[in-house]
Amino acid sequence: MKIFVCIKQVPDTEAKIKIKSDGSGIDPAGIKWVMNPYDEIAVEEAIKLRDLNPGSQINVITAGPKERAVEALRTALAMGADEGIVVHGPDNLDAYSTAKALAEAIKKEGDAQVIFTGKLSIDTNQASVSQMIAEFLGISHATVVSKLQFAGDTVTVERDIEGGAKEKIQLKTPCLIAANKGLNMPRYASLPGIMKAKKKVIKEYEVAALGITDADRKVSYSQYSLPADKPPVKLLQGDASAQVSELIHLLRDEAKAL
Amino acid sequence: MATTLVFVEHQDGQIKRSSQELLQIATKNNQKTLAVVFGSQAKALAPACAQNGAQEVHVVADAKLDNYNSELFLAALSAVLEKIKPQFVLASSSSTGRDLFPRLGARLGTGVVSDAIELNFDGANLKAKKPVYAGKAFAIAEFKNSSMQIVLMRANQIPLSSVTAGAGQVVEHALPAIDLKTIVQEVVKGASKKMDLTEANIVISGGRGLKEAGNFKLLNELADVLGATVGASRAVVDAGWVGHDMQVGQTGKTVAPTLYIAVGVSGAIQHLAGMSGSKVIVAINNDANAPIFQKATYGIVGDLFEILPKLTEEFRKVLGK
Repeated sequence: MKIFVCIKQVPDTEAKIKIKSDGSGIDPAGIKWVMNPYDEIAVEEAIKLRDLNPGSQINVITAGPKERAVEALRTALAMGADEGIVVHGPDNLDAYSTAKALAEAIKKEGDAQVIFTGKLSIDTNQASVSQMIAEFLGISHATVVSKLQFAGDTVTVERDIEGGAKEKIQLKTPCLIAANKGLNMPRYASLPGIMKAKKKVIKEYEVAALGITDADRKVSYSQYSLPADKPPVKLLQGDASAQVSELIHLLRDEAKAL
Repeated sequence: MATTLVFVEHQDGQIKRSSQELLQIATKNNQKTLAVVFGSQAKALAPACAQNGAQEVHVVADAKLDNYNSELFLAALSAVLEKIKPQFVLASSSSTGRDLFPRLGARLGTGVVSDAIELNFDGANLKAKKPVYAGKAFAIAEFKNSSMQIVLMRANQIPLSSVTAGAGQVVEHALPAIDLKTIVQEVVKGASKKMDLTEANIVISGGRGLKEAGNFKLLNELADVLGATVGASRAVVDAGWVGHDMQVGQTGKTVAPTLYIAVGVSGAIQHLAGMSGSKVIVAINNDANAPIFQKATYGIVGDLFEILPKLTEEFRKVLGK
């Protein structure tokens, strides 16, 4: 079975975000780049599926500037993926062009049975690329998946929706599954894993060579800004009873939040 | 006048608040506002759509659309859009909206912006402000090369008011026949009847300061009095105290309620990212240096085990519960 995992490199969740002076994007200085946390869950699930189907191969794929995007691939390879694919392109591709580029590369590789992704990337929070890839490939998809089971060409998944509710969905392979937290606990890359990853193959494609043009750019982002500074906190004084009465008074009469 | 189509979601015979907001936003911005509603109840919801400004209500009144199925919804919506070709499409950034519209965008060859918090109708262009890096920054999204501009908007962004009612003329559409590959077997209801964190008006979150999982009952009691939904920090989710569907933060849910009460939450950057859009923030923590106080409107430095029961009791008195 050929399994693909689409991953993205994003700033670490603890990163402090600064904006470039012209507002055109974030200032990359000092940012630690990591694999998107939901993508780690996707990689782990692919490894579990390969374990159940000996002889399967996991191709992990990403789009972006190859100089740094390959680091995320190396992490996935160190976790246990078999081969890496980088689709080299600018770092500001929108969801549509990214999805089209990844789908074209996956088509060229051929024979994808299952594609795993994270439910969203924590940088743009778009949660779009997964469904778009599925559409470009003409395969079924399920997003925000926290449980899944394979039986032949049938996949049964649980998808998390509002209020803790779940949709139980049955799909047929080939399909795309976007992973949510709760699906598994991703492993850490082991030292032997990291050593092995250095020898694994990373293939390259170019965005333009895959037929992605400027017309595929559907959304652009500009005028980046930081949240407005909050006025300093009003610390409530006195003993617990006094603090509680004061808080209720302020919430009702000053903030009108009740 | 541009035409804006709002995808209306509903539950228990009522259109959702988030959909009302979208209809009102379109109407207030002088759009020709159209609604599209799916499911066997669709026609009965037309008056509610009209009241919020819809001039036409496009319905696909098929019971197969009572539960969300990506393939059926995609087929139904593509067929409706094909006929009415609106310039703008608005939907809520809900489970359904987020699953459905990106795929629709890919099918139509058009852009989709999700998670918007502010819209600016500028003639033929719709600009959307959205949080990026889970609210650590904002950006303005604009469309290019898109015949239709699709924006998914977060709930609770504008107060509801009364708008000029629309005619609410019902237009029926049939569900196209498709070869269905995806089957939704059942929808398992959550244990809680509470509103989802992302829709709740009041959120109370607990962190490691609660010391153990059992102490979440203190938050639940306060939540019951306030009609709030309970959330949690990543630390306690990772520790297995509560389920991951309760996590607020960059790898959890991003919330923007009217009132956010953080109890025993220190305020890691990734947590602050997920809740700093809240209108009023209350922090209760025994560490006066906890970063959460930098984002808080009101702070209580003290022992949460002493404060919380008092707070619950006082609220109960004040709210007459």
